[in-house]
Amino acid sequence: MHAFAYARPATLAEALTLLEKHGPDARLLAGGTDLIVGLRQGAIRPAILIDLKRVAELRHVIDEVDGRIAISATAVMAEIENDDRVGRHFPALVEAAHVVGSVQIRNRATLAGNICNGSPAADTAPPLLVYGAVVVVAGLKGTRRVPIDDFIVGSHQVALERGELVTAIELPLPDRRLGAAYLRLTRRHGTDLASITLCCAVDEAGTTRLAYGSVGPRALLFIDESGVLADPGAPAEAKEAILERVFAEARPSPRSIRASPEYRRAMLRVLGARALRSAIERLAGG
Amino acid sequence: MVDTLPIAVTVNGRRRTLEVAVHHTLLDVLRDQLGLTGTKECCVVGECGACTVLVDGSAVNSCLVLAVEADGAEVTTVEGLATDGRLSPLQNAFLEKGAAQCGFCIPGQLMAAQALLAQNPHPTLTDVHEGLAGNLCRCAGYQQITEAVMAAAEAAVR
Repeated sequence: MHAFAYARPATLAEALTLLEKHGPDARLLAGGTDLIVGLRQGAIRPAILIDLKRVAELRHVIDEVDGRIAISATAVMAEIENDDRVGRHFPALVEAAHVVGSVQIRNRATLAGNICNGSPAADTAPPLLVYGAVVVVAGLKGTRRVPIDDFIVGSHQVALERGELVTAIELPLPDRRLGAAYLRLTRRHGTDLASITLCCAVDEAGTTRLAYGSVGPRALLFIDESGVLADPGAPAEAKEAILERVFAEARPSPRSIRASPEYRRAMLRVLGARALRSAIERLAGG
Repeated sequence: MVDTLPIAVTVNGRRRTLEVAVHHTLLDVLRDQLGLTGTKECCVVGECGACTVLVDGSAVNSCLVLAVEADGAEVTTVEGLATDGRLSPLQNAFLEKGAAQCGFCIPGQLMAAQALLAQNPHPTLTDVHEGLAGNLCRCAGYQQITEAVMAAAEAAVR
C-alpha cells in the first residue's frame, strides 16, 4: 500500500474542516472494507484518510427520533442485523445486511459506506429505496437531507459535493402495515457479490414498491399504485405484465463475469415474482 | 516520508505500546512488528478469512483494518487461544477431528469459530456454516472443520 496521512477527528466540525481542506485528496474511512481493498490495489491514491469512527456526533449508532430510525455513518451491518427496532420496522433491510460479505465483513462494513461506495451490486440499496430512506449530508455550510433515490446517481457515483460527508441514513417509520422481502442471486452459497439484488414491499393500501440492482449502473425503484401487484387474488398474467414493464429498465452488462444479460433478465422475473409472493404472505401473516 | 503514530493495544492480554506506520494494516503489525505469525496473509481483499483475528471480541479480517484503527482495542490472535501451554478445547477438537490438513487457513478458522461460539455457544450446523462462510479452505476440509466446531460446542455443554 502506498503511504498516506491519517487523521482521526473527534468532532464533526473537525472532520468537515479536514475534508474541505484536502478536497479530492482525502478519502473518508468508516469500515474500510471497500476502501482498503482500493488502496491496496492502487485504484485510489489519497493523500490523507479521515477516520470517522471517533467523531463524537457519529457515535450514537442507531437512534429512534421523531418518527424515524437514524442509522449513523459508523453503524456496521452486524449492528443493523441485531437491532430490534430495525428488525421490527425494516426486516428486508436486515435480510440485506445479513448477506453482505461474511461475518468478518459485517463486523466492519457500514451501511453508509455500502451506499457511498456506489457499487451497482450494493445489497442495501434496494431495501433503502423501498423503505424511502433519506441520506443526511453534512458540510461546513450546513446539513441537507437527500432522498436515497436522488442520492444514488450511477455506478460509483453519489450526490455528494466537495467537502460533504454522510452522517446518517434515516428510515421513516412506515405509517401503514407493510410486508417486505429481500432476495439476491449469487453464483454460490456464501460470500459473493450479487448478480441481482431485489426488494419488494406491499402495504395494506395496495401499493407495491419494488427496487432492484446489479443489473445496470444503479439500483432502480418502481412504485405500483394500481393495486394489482399487491392483490393476492389478481391473475398471474396481469402481475406479469406489470413486472415485465418494471424489469424492462434493466441494463445488465454484457461484460460481467458474474452472469450473462439473458440469464439476469430471466432471473429478475423469477426473483421479482418470488419476492412479491413473500411480501404479500408476510403482510397477510402480520 | 512515512507517517507514523503511537498506538496502545492489548494483544492476547498483554498491553503493547507501538509506533506504527499509518498505512500498515493490523495484519502487517501483528506479523512484522510483534512477530505473531500465526495470523496468515493470503487474499488481502477480505474474502478468504486467513487473517481473521478478534478485535474487542468481534471477528474481523486484519488485512482490512489499519493498525491505527485498533488503537485502544483488545486484539486476540490464534496465539492467544492456548493458556499455559495447553491448547483450548476448540483447538483440541480441530486436532481430534483432523480438521487441519495443510493448516494454512486454520488460524483464521479457529478465530472465526471462537467468535461464533462466544456469541452462540449452541450453534446448529447452519449457524456454523454461516459463521465460517468467510473462511476458505483450499484443502476443502470443511466437513472436518464443521465437525470440530460442533464437537467443541457439545463438549462445552457436557
